[in-house]
Amino acid sequence: MNWLETFRAGADAIRAHRLRSILTMLGIVIGISSVILTVGLGQGAQDQVKDQISALGSNLLIVSPGSNTSSSGVRGGFGSSTTLTLQDADAIADKTAAPDVKSVAPQTSANAELVNGTTNWTTSVVGTTTSWPEVRKRTLSSGRFFNEDEVTSAAHVVVLGPDTASELFSGPVSPVGQTVTVDGTQLTVIGVLASSGSSSSGSSEDDQAIVPMTTAKRLTGSTDASVSTIYVEADGENALSAAYQEIDGLLTNLHDVTASTADFSISSQQSLVATANSTNKTLTVLLGGIAAISLLVGGIGVMNIMLVSVTERIREIGLRKALGAAPRVIRRQFLVEASLLGLAGGIVGVIIAVVGAQVLPNLINQPVSLSLLATAGAIITSLVLGIGFGVYPASRAARLTPIDALRSE
Amino acid sequence: MTTSILPVAGEPVVELEGIRKIYRSGSIEFEALRGIDIRIDQGEYVAVIGPSGSGKSTLMNILGCLDNPSEGSYLLGGEDVSAMSEAQLAHVRNRRIGFVFQQFNLLPSLAAWRNVELPMIYAGIARTERRERAVRALERVGLGDRVENRPGELSGGQQQRVAVARALVTEPDIILADEPTGNLDSASTEAVLGLLDELHESGRTIVLITHEHEVAARAERNLVIRDGQITADALVAAGGAQV
Repeated sequence: MNWLETFRAGADAIRAHRLRSILTMLGIVIGISSVILTVGLGQGAQDQVKDQISALGSNLLIVSPGSNTSSSGVRGGFGSSTTLTLQDADAIADKTAAPDVKSVAPQTSANAELVNGTTNWTTSVVGTTTSWPEVRKRTLSSGRFFNEDEVTSAAHVVVLGPDTASELFSGPVSPVGQTVTVDGTQLTVIGVLASSGSSSSGSSEDDQAIVPMTTAKRLTGSTDASVSTIYVEADGENALSAAYQEIDGLLTNLHDVTASTADFSISSQQSLVATANSTNKTLTVLLGGIAAISLLVGGIGVMNIMLVSVTERIREIGLRKALGAAPRVIRRQFLVEASLLGLAGGIVGVIIAVVGAQVLPNLINQPVSLSLLATAGAIITSLVLGIGFGVYPASRAARLTPIDALRSE
Repeated sequence: MTTSILPVAGEPVVELEGIRKIYRSGSIEFEALRGIDIRIDQGEYVAVIGPSGSGKSTLMNILGCLDNPSEGSYLLGGEDVSAMSEAQLAHVRNRRIGFVFQQFNLLPSLAAWRNVELPMIYAGIARTERRERAVRALERVGLGDRVENRPGELSGGQQQRVAVARALVTEPDIILADEPTGNLDSASTEAVLGLLDELHESGRTIVLITHEHEVAARAERNLVIRDGQITADALVAAGGAQV
């Protein structure tokens, strides 16, 4: 009996017990589809983070205040202190002190209400310098960014994020040249940013109002020179670690601190990606583990049904043996049947997962990216499950003696 | 293999010598067959008759290569099968023996011709040839118009004729019929026995196992088994059994 015949006999047997076969496959179907979907969700979240971060530019270093330890030993939270100043930014921008730094954009940010006539919108008002668009890899869709003169004179100008612009200015009229009021101060809109490009990156990148640093200080009434973040663009990706060393050395000197008492921290995009990915990975492994257990339960279901099937078809086995089926032929028949059940369950599971991957993002607002590798792996796993859990029932069928099998009722 | 050539009429097909079968269950031993010597020649129609518990079924199992004897030798078509492994016996059953069982033992999910086809699948015969031979065997038993019917759509007598077709289709050395009419009404019994008569006339070797004298009377030779031994071996005169 060749493989084709065995395959045909297995398919016949599955078809003869249609309902039971479907119920048996259900375990595998659920297991496979949930494994694929959880892996897909994890992958989707990782891609999302990667998108967000690469939209910021891969040559970017972010200097944040914080990580200071008070005399009582309480360590302040990240960004909780105001230890970074404009002087720090100027020092980093110095080409001789930090040759691997291309440009520097310090920024402050505070939430404020923007008013245009009767429309108002609360967003983050970012004060920065002219190098901001270059460092943050942003372009303008209309108008222009502010220049050095406007920074020096604390001009009343503002560049709006695209979402902010559309919230404040509905209708076909371009916002450029119009005015918005922030805390009683009128600002002229001189430009609108182009969208940051990554649709998944959330609204904050596209919903902000950029003003000159000096203007921001005046709006918030602060007189100190502190900034909330300094964005630094390294001179190419290879210069990233050199730039990191230079900034670290400069600020350590300027602040008169040691590595253990440093009141600032420098992070790169890579480190952010790594942190985000490791979090996602933990979650994916956890969920994937649960899904894998359900797959295992599905496999045990296949074994259970195959054992029932052997008992139920004891006369058929006896007859086939009497007609000349050697034990290994019987074993093969039941193995093929179990693996067909597994494989069919796997394929249906993949179909459900593919459909789920289309439907799910609309329901939970999370992208799902299916990988071909995980899908192929899932199908192979279901086949292996079928074979693995089919071995015991198949060898039980093969061991039956033909007379016992024929005599049984 | 030279052994697969059908023996000439008069040549021995079955040679049993000193066959014993002992069943052990814990410390209890039961000797179901106590030294059986039988020779059945090519073309004979033999009925093995005996009451239940006589060892008839055990003898049938050994004749059908479904079980090994505990002692003694069994030559089937000149081949010693008494100490073969289950895999070897499966091969011998496939080539040399056609079974007809009391409960028909057809697979309910398969059409008649696909039931008949089964032994040919295990013999490794090509699909087109299998179909052709299965249909011919069904025509031979008068079911040429029932080829595509499943067993559930056939009467008991028709089902048993499908089983006879299945036993015929591989051209076996012997046809072993175990109480073939046990589940049939008298009309169907007559049809099946008539079929066996025809097969005998065309030169087939048939061994019929039964407890009914009327059925045994259709054979040309009766072997009576009692308490695991052959107590009578006689040719049947036309019209009645000589027991």
